[in-house]
Amino acid sequence: MRGAAPILLPVALLAIVPVLTASNAVLNFLVAALLMALVGQGWNLLGGYGGQYSFGHAAFFGTGAYATAILQVRYGVNAWLAFVAGTLAAALLGTIIGALCFRSGLKGSYFALITLAFAEVLRIVASVAPITGAGVGLLIRLDLRPEAFQFQSRAPFYWIVLALLAVSLAAVRMIESSRFGAWLIAVRENEDAASALGVDVMRIKIAAMTVSAAITGAGGCFYAQYFLFIDAGIAYGPWISVEALVAPIIGGIGTVLGPLYGALAVKTLGELTKLLAGDAPGLDLVVYGSLLIAVVAFAPRGIAGTLLDWRERLRGRRAIAATGERSHG
Amino acid sequence: MLSPDILFAAVLNGLLMGALYALVALGLTLIYGVLHIINFAHGALLAAAMFAAFFAHRLLGLDPYVAAVILTPAFFALGYALQRFLIGPAAHGEDRNYLLITLGLAVVIENALLFAFRADTRTIDLPYAFQVIEVGPALLAVPRVVALAVTMAVAFGLWLFMRWSDTGKAIRAVAREKLGAELSGIEVAHIYAITFGIGTACLAIAACLLIPTYYVNPRAGDAFVLIAFTIVVLGGMGSVTGALVGGLVVGVVESLCGLMLGESLGQVGIFAVFILTLLMRPTGLFGARA
Amino acid sequence: MAEPLLRIEQVCKRFGGLLAVDHASLAVETGRITALIGPNGAGKTTLFAMIAGFSRPSEGRIFYAGADITGSAPHLLARRGIARTFQIAQPFAGLSVEDNIAIGSYLSHRSRTDARAAAGRIAREVGLGDQLKRRAADLTLSALKRLELARALAIEPRLILLDEVLAGLNPSEIRDLVPLIRAIRTRGTTVLLIEHVMQAVMSLAEHVLVLAEGRVIAEGSPQAITANPRVIEAYLGHGAARRAGGGYDG
Repeated sequence: MRGAAPILLPVALLAIVPVLTASNAVLNFLVAALLMALVGQGWNLLGGYGGQYSFGHAAFFGTGAYATAILQVRYGVNAWLAFVAGTLAAALLGTIIGALCFRSGLKGSYFALITLAFAEVLRIVASVAPITGAGVGLLIRLDLRPEAFQFQSRAPFYWIVLALLAVSLAAVRMIESSRFGAWLIAVRENEDAASALGVDVMRIKIAAMTVSAAITGAGGCFYAQYFLFIDAGIAYGPWISVEALVAPIIGGIGTVLGPLYGALAVKTLGELTKLLAGDAPGLDLVVYGSLLIAVVAFAPRGIAGTLLDWRERLRGRRAIAATGERSHG
Repeated sequence: MLSPDILFAAVLNGLLMGALYALVALGLTLIYGVLHIINFAHGALLAAAMFAAFFAHRLLGLDPYVAAVILTPAFFALGYALQRFLIGPAAHGEDRNYLLITLGLAVVIENALLFAFRADTRTIDLPYAFQVIEVGPALLAVPRVVALAVTMAVAFGLWLFMRWSDTGKAIRAVAREKLGAELSGIEVAHIYAITFGIGTACLAIAACLLIPTYYVNPRAGDAFVLIAFTIVVLGGMGSVTGALVGGLVVGVVESLCGLMLGESLGQVGIFAVFILTLLMRPTGLFGARA
Repeated sequence: MAEPLLRIEQVCKRFGGLLAVDHASLAVETGRITALIGPNGAGKTTLFAMIAGFSRPSEGRIFYAGADITGSAPHLLARRGIARTFQIAQPFAGLSVEDNIAIGSYLSHRSRTDARAAAGRIAREVGLGDQLKRRAADLTLSALKRLELARALAIEPRLILLDEVLAGLNPSEIRDLVPLIRAIRTRGTTVLLIEHVMQAVMSLAEHVLVLAEGRVIAEGSPQAITANPRVIEAYLGHGAARRAGGGYDG
């Protein structure tokens, strides 16, 4: 994807939605989708570009959420500062977990397993620790002022999560065309070859994990502000770890816009299914899981990737027609 | 503080629980040893088996130990079909895909159970569920003792199968050297499917053994799967002995931690062991090189 | 005489009970093309792995430009100027030829534009100039080998380790690649290559080392080596030297 246009266009289109409609249903739906895209973009950096599949990104989401909530509820910190602090806390956790895992050389299934374990440990601890409200959870006091990061209507929240997503899109786009990004992709493709070419594989992975955690953590902070209630199952539950990876994989793993396409597609299908089969818990995740399997089996490059493929193939056919022959190495 | 009697009881009960963990881990380690994949759907399949056992009792009046006779082959067939017709073909042979597909399967199964049966916790009431045997100062629940005995029998049976039967030898061949096995005429996809089927069959047996003293809900499998993973990592990926020994060890650790730290933190103890083992020796104490 | 660029002293490598490299000692002079030959399983690639930092010697030391580099990490050695190719080509399959080579260029060029420009120059040097945008996964074997070469050159090495870079190529492809290797030396890069293709060894190498069963059994000029009875025996078996009448007919 060249240039900023591919990013600006969807963002601009999404930005005018609240101007066109005041429907809470539409805005709620889109906020959920954009949040999923944000959380998924974090995963995408580490998993799509870096090739390290985390099954426990809830650890970062939940840490952002709890940090934000605890700072406000227990220490009276300003909501906006708490937001920043929460994102940083998630990033720090990313560095720590990354350092532990990558120093030990964990990859592939082992890495997936251990990230799953970290998320579960945090969930259990959060469900019994007093500071997180244990089983009861944490409630952020209703205070509908912009200074307290709370708003009367949905629209400001919508624009904020869209802005966060836009920042994450820009960040990933910049990384993609930077040296760090090139090295990260090299690590994904072949670690040994990369280190033979001077790439400090471990540092690259840890750095990617830190940024990934920050992005997903910001999503957690936003969730806390938007819903004003979190508990261990919400913050650190498997549902968010699954959402984090489903969005980019279905939308196009390793592409800038993949998580956005994926989140929109998946959430839409989820809503449709609920309309048809009723809104019982578990249904949306059944849809997500099935889509995941289907995409991996039939369209592993996801929506964005498949679109790129078609465009390449069209170009390729035109090239062959023009030269009348295929060039060989 | 903690009397030797209480400790003794905790250790024994830990061993009994550990036997069930070992049975669950057995399937997991077998699948890893042969297919070289970590089956993230293991917990969900266990939950499905437990629901099956539950409804076998609720709707057909079948005692779980009797239901096991039907469910074991049924789940073997399910596992075989899943690997042969879904997981294998969809993965296109790539490790990363196996991760995602088994995870996807786990999500689908668990949430389908949630959607169908909701999150309520259910239990079965059986006349013998609360009978106990006295061993010294400890009182051991009869179903748990049965579970230990059956687990040992299954482990032994599997060992015999792997050692002496043609299929068992084929499985070992594929685990050791897939290409060579293929060239010798062994149909690898079939062997993979059989192995997966054995893994799920173990889950069916474990479910029937668990049901008398445990509860059923869609998330019940999760609690077990992480424990099973810990055992497999501790005991060595692909090592059957490791799964057995690891299962017993973990059972005792959980029991003692639960005694001293309370139920939830007992779980944390297991996770801590899990994480530490992965960080320091991912191939486990008994396992071959990863 | 000047300090050799690479000096290996009594290096051993054990894998469980197997001694893959057995007290090997050798020196590679700066600016020369040195060949490392020997029958399969002699330990040549293991030696390369140890030099490039992918494997730690069980015993012994390795010196590069006078400094002890034993056990250093691969990426650090790459940054110090040691490049290696892999016996089985390991391209970044999903990336284009240009981006493959650029990964190495990034060591001395921060921006993507500069790195790609440098990559383009190297690609043209090795004859891949017309395939810059092609995916590495779509290349022929001959092109892949050139890519391996190009990637290694991208990090601007002082010492380049070529591991059977001619393996699997037909005679005309070999004839095309040999001058490229010679050109690397002409630029000032020291070359240490593992090769089985004897014609290439004879025409390229100024100095030859023979490894058999993990030990250096002979060294010298290509002509001297091929006439060496111990070398003949290592390849053809005990008594072969006598049977062949003490001479080697390439």
